[in-house]
Amino acid sequence: MQHPDHPGAGQTTRSVSVVLAGSGGAGVMTAGNMLLEAAAHAGYYALMTRSSGPQIRGGEAAAMLRVACEPVECMEDQFHVLAAVDWENVQRFRAEIPLGVASLIVGDPDQGEPPDVFLSSGAARATLPLKKLAKSVPDGRPNMVLLGALAELLGLPDDAVTRAVEKTLGKRPAAVAPSLAAAAAGRTAAAGIGVRFALDAPPATRRPRWLLTGNEAAGYGAIKGGVRFVAAYPITPATELLEWMSPALAEVGGTLVQAEDELASINMAIGGSYGGVPSLTATSGPGLSLMVEALGLAVAAEIPLVVVDVMRVGPSTGIPTKSEQGDLNIAVYGLHGDAPHLVLAANSVADCLGTTQWAVQLAEALQVPAIVLSDQFLGQARAVIDRPADIAPGDDRVVAAAGTPGYKRYALAEGGVSPMAIPGTAGLAYTADGLEHAERGTPSSQAADHFAQLDKRLRKLTGRDYGEHWADVEGDRGADRAIVTFGSCTGPVREGLARAAADGMTARLISLRLLAPLPADRLVDALAGVSRVLVIEQNQSAQLYKYLRAECDLPGRLTSLHRPGALQYSPGEIHRHLIEWSRA
Amino acid sequence: MNEAPCTAVPPASVMRGPNDYKSDVKPVWCPGCGDFGVVNALAKAMAKMALEPQDVAVVSGIGCSSRIPAYMASYGFHGVHGRALPAGAGLKIARPDLTVIVTGGDGDGYSIGGNHFLHACRRNVDMTYIVMDNRVYGMTKGQASPTTEPDWDSKLSPDGTGLREFQPLVVALTSGANFIARGFTGDPNGLADLIERAVRHPGFSFIEVLSPCVTFRPEQKEWKKLVKPDALRPTADLPRAARRLLRDTGFDLGVLYAGDRPPYAPRGPRAARAPSDLEAGFAL
Repeated sequence: MQHPDHPGAGQTTRSVSVVLAGSGGAGVMTAGNMLLEAAAHAGYYALMTRSSGPQIRGGEAAAMLRVACEPVECMEDQFHVLAAVDWENVQRFRAEIPLGVASLIVGDPDQGEPPDVFLSSGAARATLPLKKLAKSVPDGRPNMVLLGALAELLGLPDDAVTRAVEKTLGKRPAAVAPSLAAAAAGRTAAAGIGVRFALDAPPATRRPRWLLTGNEAAGYGAIKGGVRFVAAYPITPATELLEWMSPALAEVGGTLVQAEDELASINMAIGGSYGGVPSLTATSGPGLSLMVEALGLAVAAEIPLVVVDVMRVGPSTGIPTKSEQGDLNIAVYGLHGDAPHLVLAANSVADCLGTTQWAVQLAEALQVPAIVLSDQFLGQARAVIDRPADIAPGDDRVVAAAGTPGYKRYALAEGGVSPMAIPGTAGLAYTADGLEHAERGTPSSQAADHFAQLDKRLRKLTGRDYGEHWADVEGDRGADRAIVTFGSCTGPVREGLARAAADGMTARLISLRLLAPLPADRLVDALAGVSRVLVIEQNQSAQLYKYLRAECDLPGRLTSLHRPGALQYSPGEIHRHLIEWSRA
Repeated sequence: MNEAPCTAVPPASVMRGPNDYKSDVKPVWCPGCGDFGVVNALAKAMAKMALEPQDVAVVSGIGCSSRIPAYMASYGFHGVHGRALPAGAGLKIARPDLTVIVTGGDGDGYSIGGNHFLHACRRNVDMTYIVMDNRVYGMTKGQASPTTEPDWDSKLSPDGTGLREFQPLVVALTSGANFIARGFTGDPNGLADLIERAVRHPGFSFIEVLSPCVTFRPEQKEWKKLVKPDALRPTADLPRAARRLLRDTGFDLGVLYAGDRPPYAPRGPRAARAPSDLEAGFAL
């Protein structure tokens, strides 16, 4: 230990951030997951993201954790601890692992020096002979020594670590005792460092909490919303959503089928939904690009459908394992013709559940496709969250009854939603068609039919009262300034705004959940009286800012904070910008 | 456009004739188009099997022949170009109780939808796929399709494409289709019989139908002289079927292959639990 008077010494904190890093096979992901579980069992909230090298298997890896006394939705500005089993290629993650003078770098002295890119931060250093300690325990492994050491630094109790190890190694009970012994050795050694980043006591009253990823939350939301058929084509970072749904759907009597490509997966889902079964597919940017034509079919033929787009860095293959909010334009504008549809965005890991569920409800009620925008950060982050509140059940699909006299599938109903005949229903056979059609469904190239059907399809969306879910409206409702954002920017914006509030700068915060059709009246109401509006998003071209300006008259002076992805906004970055903005 | 509401379907006890399986929508096809023969054969087969029209869905993509769903009295789905097979598969997997018949042409099925054809054969979902092959894109007024002869002259590909013809039966056999046949629209009774056998056969059944385009390929009127009815006899023996394809003239009619591969079914344990039971997997 080079700095015995380290600022972390003897204090407790509401939030601690640590990185576990190492080369392939070092088991840092396993140790990271166990640390996350241990924090959860100790009563804390937590968030974990992961990063790995380009190798398909093995290769350097880093598990990034934030453990806190309250629910957290983003990473902190800096990590308190960077702990590595070895340093091979760990410098690859330097942009994702900001350190400062208050940070601590922990490494095995037998594995060489930490890379300069980390040392140059001015962080303190400590050494732990992880490998030697592991060897002192029969079948001990260095990653378990590291787990114990970090539990000690964070002040996580033994029983929480024991539960996490037992749960993770449930299928290999013989590995439990050596792992716990190695963790105990790590804990003892770490106590000798003389520095702790101990957390305040966890909340005294524990609410029901869950540990899950945003992708899992979206999958569960889909099932809660009624989805029972999914067609899937794997794509990073949406694959885990589909993999979670595969057995989960089977549990509830539904079916997932693996398709040959995204053209097939979305058309299969449309086929299933035409058959009366609420259907979904999930993908990322490249897949969404392939699905656009079929989305137009679902609009024209009025077939409910949900597509979850777990956004990644684009264009083209981009950076599949990193997050960006660059798909807003294709989600809103990608379809040819006038093709009104729904676009929603989840704004936290927990919200992936409610937003996807709501998307299914709306798609079914309005007989229209819905795109749910999630992203790599939300989808792949594992988080300890409070069990999300249940949202109210939605309207069921309006279905035509057998023998309805004079049935017309695309009747120009008042509200626009016309009862859908489900195959198997006697007397109502019709052809669902991407060709423009007359009310009966028969193809028509008449301008009058085109006008009437376009109007019907638009009316059903614009006439709907979407209720209070359209956005999360927070912050100081009386403030003269407002921030509008969406998706995974919401977490750092909330935290950055809270810091700015401590500096005396207040603002309203509107995190949009329903992006299309944009509830312009509600947005304008929520912004009533403000003189400044700041739109924050994570893409190069300010897609949300331009969309909002095109769709409604925002009050006051408008500015935009936008930059591309790969790295999430940090609360500090937002905070600094808000302070600048408050002076502008 | 005819705006009369759908005619109510007679009760199940009523015997239906082929015309009860046709809708009142007038086809867009040219007089003499082979595809009329498929509508007739399909209606005949449905009547013979006494299918309830509401329990049948005819699914298609884009092209002349893909207009068929609207001409039948059953449920129909007219989707996007090349994706009829995925739409049909999704429908059948989500609704196994329905009889699903996917229809289309050689461009839709073998070109833009070629990948889905391979995987539909592999997946072996219990449905029937009828391809009306006229060796030309008719709806776009005469371009070479995958089954067009390499030297067939067209505006888009003067002097021909120079490409080898796609071999639908070979691809179907090697990709795993469970029932493979070739029919001819000039023989609606024989075609109706093939359709009935295909629908009854478990798994993915594929019928390549020679369906002349009298407008852009008038020479195909001669097909009636070239076809060889009953030249193909069903076998469940894959190598035998493959050997027959080596001698195939392209005009041999009948069933080439009738296999016994089990149709697609969801795998793994299944249950009917409440969605809220899934929360146990997240709860701490």
